[in-house]
Amino acid sequence: MTRITVTVDGVTYQEEVEPRLLLVHLLRDRLGKTGTPIGCDTGNCGACTVMMDGVSVKSCSVLAVQADGEDVLTIEGLSAGGPWHPMQQAFHEEHALQCGYCTPGMIMAAIDLLKDDPDPSEDAIREGLEGNLCRCTGYCNIVRAVRRGAQSMSAQEVTAS
Amino acid sequence: MTEEIDAGFVARQIAESDMLSEPAPDRHEVGAARRRKEDARLITGRTQWTDNIQLPGMLYVAFLRSPMAHARITRVDTSAALHHPGIVAAFSGRDFAGEQGSLPCVWPVTEDIVMPDHPPMAVDEVRYVGEAVACVIATDRYKASDALEAIEIDYEPLPAVLDMTEALKEGSPKVHEAGNRSFVWKFAQGDIDAAFRDAPVVVERTFVQQRLIPTAMEPRAVVAQTDGDSFTLHSSTQVPHILRIMLAQVTGIPEHKLRVVAPDVGGGFGSKLQVTAEEVLLLLLARRLGKPVKWTESRSEGNLTVHHGRDQLQRISLAADAEGHIRGLRVDLLADMGAYLMLVTPGIPILGAFMYNGIYKMDAYDFTCTGVFTTKMPTDAYRGAGRPEATFAIERLMDELAAELSLDPIEVRRRNWIAHEEFPYTTIAGMTYDSGNYEAATDKALALFGYDKLRAEQADRRDRGDPVQLGIGVSTFTEMCGLAPSRVLGSLSYGAGGWEHASVRMLPTGKVEVITGTSPHGQGHETAWSQIVADALSVPFDDVSVLHGDTAISHKGMDTYGSRSLVVGGVAVLQACDKVKEKARHIAAHMLEASADDIEFAGGSFKVRGTESGRTIQEVALAAFAAHDLPQGVEPSLDSDATFDPDNFSFPHGTHLCAVEVDTETGGTKIRLYVAVDDVGKVVNPMIVEGQVHGGLAQGIAQALFEEAVYDAEGNLLTTTMADYLLPSASDLPDFVTDRTETPATSNPLGVKGVGEAGTIASTPAVVNAIVDALRPYGVNDVTMPCSPERVWRAVQGGTS
Repeated sequence: MTRITVTVDGVTYQEEVEPRLLLVHLLRDRLGKTGTPIGCDTGNCGACTVMMDGVSVKSCSVLAVQADGEDVLTIEGLSAGGPWHPMQQAFHEEHALQCGYCTPGMIMAAIDLLKDDPDPSEDAIREGLEGNLCRCTGYCNIVRAVRRGAQSMSAQEVTAS
Repeated sequence: MTEEIDAGFVARQIAESDMLSEPAPDRHEVGAARRRKEDARLITGRTQWTDNIQLPGMLYVAFLRSPMAHARITRVDTSAALHHPGIVAAFSGRDFAGEQGSLPCVWPVTEDIVMPDHPPMAVDEVRYVGEAVACVIATDRYKASDALEAIEIDYEPLPAVLDMTEALKEGSPKVHEAGNRSFVWKFAQGDIDAAFRDAPVVVERTFVQQRLIPTAMEPRAVVAQTDGDSFTLHSSTQVPHILRIMLAQVTGIPEHKLRVVAPDVGGGFGSKLQVTAEEVLLLLLARRLGKPVKWTESRSEGNLTVHHGRDQLQRISLAADAEGHIRGLRVDLLADMGAYLMLVTPGIPILGAFMYNGIYKMDAYDFTCTGVFTTKMPTDAYRGAGRPEATFAIERLMDELAAELSLDPIEVRRRNWIAHEEFPYTTIAGMTYDSGNYEAATDKALALFGYDKLRAEQADRRDRGDPVQLGIGVSTFTEMCGLAPSRVLGSLSYGAGGWEHASVRMLPTGKVEVITGTSPHGQGHETAWSQIVADALSVPFDDVSVLHGDTAISHKGMDTYGSRSLVVGGVAVLQACDKVKEKARHIAAHMLEASADDIEFAGGSFKVRGTESGRTIQEVALAAFAAHDLPQGVEPSLDSDATFDPDNFSFPHGTHLCAVEVDTETGGTKIRLYVAVDDVGKVVNPMIVEGQVHGGLAQGIAQALFEEAVYDAEGNLLTTTMADYLLPSASDLPDFVTDRTETPATSNPLGVKGVGEAGTIASTPAVVNAIVDALRPYGVNDVTMPCSPERVWRAVQGGTS
């Protein structure tokens, strides 16, 4: 067992973990952060995407011990209690989800994508989300949502500055 | 208002505190692109997936699965697993042989069908890689997986049976003692020999409908618990009601002691229309251990053991006259059942039998389907279920007929399709298409596509010898939806009816609870049903909540598959609303001191005809709740149930056009433009409809270009991960151009036809037709799916047919 300290959605946890424990199982089974689902176990589908120190990672491909000392943000912490994040709002407005299983990961990946490219073209969004699979939407509305989300986020930044 | 209701203390408080809702008479919800009620929990991570459930003392189950496609089990020893830390129990099939029963198949399509015993956990013999042979129950999921390694099993290998044609030959190794032929199902109408005799044109093809893995994003998960008397099973299923009755039959747990809950379910596409080994076994484990048990599959486990889709060999020939009018159609189908018949396995290809004629008129039709056992995962429903296969075959063949006669593929279709003035039209397959307008959908699609311009570009590229050729694929499809009229299901030997149930409850505050027997898993029923109810009762959209997926709440239903939910379940909701209004009318008449015959419902209020005085439906609901002053003999409730059994299927249709650029040097393909014009009748929520079309297109295109479940020569599945089984990502698909025409269904009061499967059914042939069209100058007249770059390149090199 290894003792780790990890902050998840603003709360700091100290946990004794087996070295093989996956971050996603720590989140789901130990910390009750069930907002982050598991889709494939092999890092292909991206449903389990979270932010670790501001960078998107697939939490099924990260060991809990690798998160020691890190700050993890899940879909549950994105708007905790407050108004929805612009990307959440955009997914709702554009009907970018159906069953919603890929959605937490898709939203986290989309937000990460905008860090590098705040105003991505359709092609850039499609390339940028290649690691997140959706079986319901055919991606059209996800692409539209990311563009809408990007616009809202840049508008927010303008307002803030 | 308050004084006018003789309401009593509680009711008066409701009325005085603004809790009592008011009508929303001026909104028209049906037809509006309402944003979904479901989204709030899904986008914030508060969704209730089955795997989220954690109960005190819960144990985790892991299954050991057969590594052999076909073998006799000669020895099982689970004892060593018990020495591992955290292991509570370990069992093999033999430990459950007396109580596990046989997994059900409810569709014996012929009298003499071979329907082998299907033990949830194998006892003596395994017949596909992945079949459960033993299980371990542990205090956490990691420990359970660890201990699987300690189980010892000896297998005596038996020959794998992998190819359907070989399987039917004399002397082939047998999957089951009774042989490899499960059934032969035939349908014939008209004089097929006459149609083919001296026919000026005969087009013959053999198409391979490759095996697909449905791949809902949420892996299956099951949680079972018991209090010693009754049982609760949570499962990632699209059929909680069917599951309850079938599990009661298999396990012997009385139906009224078994509650099945489908919480939020992350997609199904037919794959969760099943009664699975794991669902049965978890119930039995809960019973044996007296503790709650949970099992969640890994993706690899899912690829191996969630039922597969398609896998048919289609030998099809079409006879036509010199002008391209179809005379007759002959279909000889081999359908791979896999190792066992699961819930509706044999019925899937039979559903297609009624669709091979598509939208076309013809004099004769002959259909034969042989169900074949192989040592592979059983097949069953996957989005479209029989209709995509049929539509693919006929739509591919129409393009081949056009090529044979040097006609435009649109023109050859025009010469054969049912004209809009000919509806209702009874087809050669015996279906009565109630309504449709193929001309209108096609004309709209051609305009959106810029058909003539793209044809000109195609000619130009051909003339120039451009290494990148352009192909145009056409698919003018229809499908049968709204499963299904119970009497038709009966005539097809299906094990149950096709009705759907709804209840509408008027709460004291005027809010409305709708209980539906449909079981959504991404379709947006909570939103769409709210829209129907809002209009029917003139209540605000936000005042309606929709409950589903729990047999303790929704006691009656036939669940969600076959594009049936709106067409059958939505109509049941509407009819329940009608009954609510009828009950309310009598109470309102009493409140207004008028005759019920003089009361009309308009703008959310019951009024005496010709006057303005009235009572809102919410006021009537509150009066019924208080029940202090109701007419003699009237029950104090507006709540109403309705069960709708349709008279006919519904028949959505549409025209899809696809332009594909094919690189003849690399075999690479790129969809440049995809136009889908669908006619799904009246539309409740156009945003949801468009979303369903988008997703359907993605899956149909994926069959054409990407997906295939591949078994090796020993019967091992090679595509066990998402790295091996190629699901399209955003970068693999284009933006879609979608539009609609609207020909209302005449078979239901909503005029709706269903949309869940249309995109999948239509798109596969559109894409393959486009690829073949691009390569016709190279002598190519077919490319086997999935049309991978290698296959396309080989076709270019060899002019493969």
